Amino acid sequence: MSPDHSSDAAAHPFAPLVQTNAAVTESRAVRVTLVAATLLFLVTFLLLPLLIVFTQALAGGIHAYLAALRDHDTLAAIRLTLFTAALAVPLNTVFGIAAAWAIARFEFRGRNLLITLIDLPFSVSPVIAGLVYILIFGSRGWLGPWLSAHDISIVFAWPGIVLATAFVTFPFVARELIPLMQAQGLDEEYAALTLGAPGWRTFWHVTLPNIRWGLLYGVLLCNARAMGEFGAVSVVSGHIRGLTDTVPLQVEILYNDYHFVAAFAVASLLALLAFVTLGLKSFLEWRHGDELAALRGH
Amino acid sequence: MNGKNTAGHSMQGHRKRQVLPGFGLSLGFALTYLSLLILIPLAGLFVHAAGLGIDGLWRTLVSPRVYAALRLSFGGALIAAAINAVSGSVVAWSFVRYRFPGKRLFQAMVDLPFALPTAVAGIALATLYAPNGWLGAPLARLGIKAAYSPLGVILAMTFIGLPFVVRTLEPVLEEAEKQREEAAATLGATRLQTITRIILPAVLPALLTGVALAFARAVGEYGSIIFIAGNIPGLSEIAPLLIMIRLEEFDYAGASAVAAAMLTIAFLLLLAINLLQSWNRRRSGSP
Repeated sequence: MSPDHSSDAAAHPFAPLVQTNAAVTESRAVRVTLVAATLLFLVTFLLLPLLIVFTQALAGGIHAYLAALRDHDTLAAIRLTLFTAALAVPLNTVFGIAAAWAIARFEFRGRNLLITLIDLPFSVSPVIAGLVYILIFGSRGWLGPWLSAHDISIVFAWPGIVLATAFVTFPFVARELIPLMQAQGLDEEYAALTLGAPGWRTFWHVTLPNIRWGLLYGVLLCNARAMGEFGAVSVVSGHIRGLTDTVPLQVEILYNDYHFVAAFAVASLLALLAFVTLGLKSFLEWRHGDELAALRGH
Repeated sequence: MNGKNTAGHSMQGHRKRQVLPGFGLSLGFALTYLSLLILIPLAGLFVHAAGLGIDGLWRTLVSPRVYAALRLSFGGALIAAAINAVSGSVVAWSFVRYRFPGKRLFQAMVDLPFALPTAVAGIALATLYAPNGWLGAPLARLGIKAAYSPLGVILAMTFIGLPFVVRTLEPVLEEAEKQREEAAATLGATRLQTITRIILPAVLPALLTGVALAFARAVGEYGSIIFIAGNIPGLSEIAPLLIMIRLEEFDYAGASAVAAAMLTIAFLLLLAINLLQSWNRRRSGSP
């Protein structure tokens, strides 16, 4: 990773990185084979899918690309996606901070169970995340008759989309903050309180600055998933064009209608979002890695 | 590394914790939000499924179409996890031990399947492996039907599981002590013996954790699979899609039954992963 290594890399490609002691490295043939297998696998599974998004998006030229993005339904989908993320991400951020404060700062029974439960949505299929809300709020769900009597729409409307998105993005902020705050300990907050700072000021001036990079990291991943979620939202959306379609759903509709250029053009927006997310994530890991729980083996 | 810290905690931690404010508020909000958003809706799912009774539940799950979908979701995920176990190990090993052109770029790209929305991955993979696609065409000439077949499902599952093995294995390989390998070599072990007897046992818990995570993700995956799968009932139809279809037929009980079966297995898996991770931490010696 250091500069002298990279200049070395140009001189001796496929050279072992850690050390050159012949006893603890492999023969050149083995090294080349393993690196070739690595490159083949990564090019096939990462680079080509990514390349195809942009080549297909631009297959009709830049004008067709821009026209696809200016489509009325696509713009409506972009607005709905931004709106959904603007509700789901802050909700889960507040939850993440509250959960981390309770778990990392206090001892109570069931603490480990709570930590396990927070991770639960990660092992639930996104389709099931949507299904559970249909079972409650759908026309034949438990609250369905009551809701329709009062003319309230939850599923097949934006509230359901926000709920399903909040479900699948639920753990991101909390699982970043809990190990981070546990590792930092509570000495600084204790000092602030001893010196007479009220609770909220202690949180605002002591806790928050200490966790800001971890918080940003969690919010970043939460947001990327919120804007890109497909399965869960697909179940509860009802696919009403221009009304309940998010950007990923718009990609599906365009693709199934054989509007491939438009589908990939809209998809390229989401791919760019992924790039920005990965770029910022790498930057945070490089610049503030010592403050991120994710890099400490949690 | 934090021996001083822990000592301080055990002496004063408990008293300090009493002084900090906000316990009731933070825990109250966290539990309310968790219950309303996650726990109660999930419990509702099991209540719906239980409405079928044991008999009805069993009949639903062993009906040919449901059984085939569950078998494809779990079997395909198992194959994809096995592919990722091997190729993920090779990738992580190359990342940690060798230098090669483009390494930094690929290291940054490994997380792409996490970050790329599944619908985008889905249409990209479908186009790539379609009979006239960049990879689909050469495969078709070899007589291999990639897209719109169970193989397509496995390819998509491999894609989304890719980061898990690499990311769990990389830090463990980085921390592996070179001295133990040198000692083995000094004592006359061949390189292969060193790898299978020294390195593999050391990284095995991390490898299994990564594989289990990749498997769990692939079982429930929907977006990146449905475009490439072709969704032929009984052949290339995955369980999450079948839930979707049952819902569109307003068969809430049927959808709940499939979902409850998937969740039960997923929860057992989560339990296994947690046990693996604590085994992993115990072995690596960190708290």
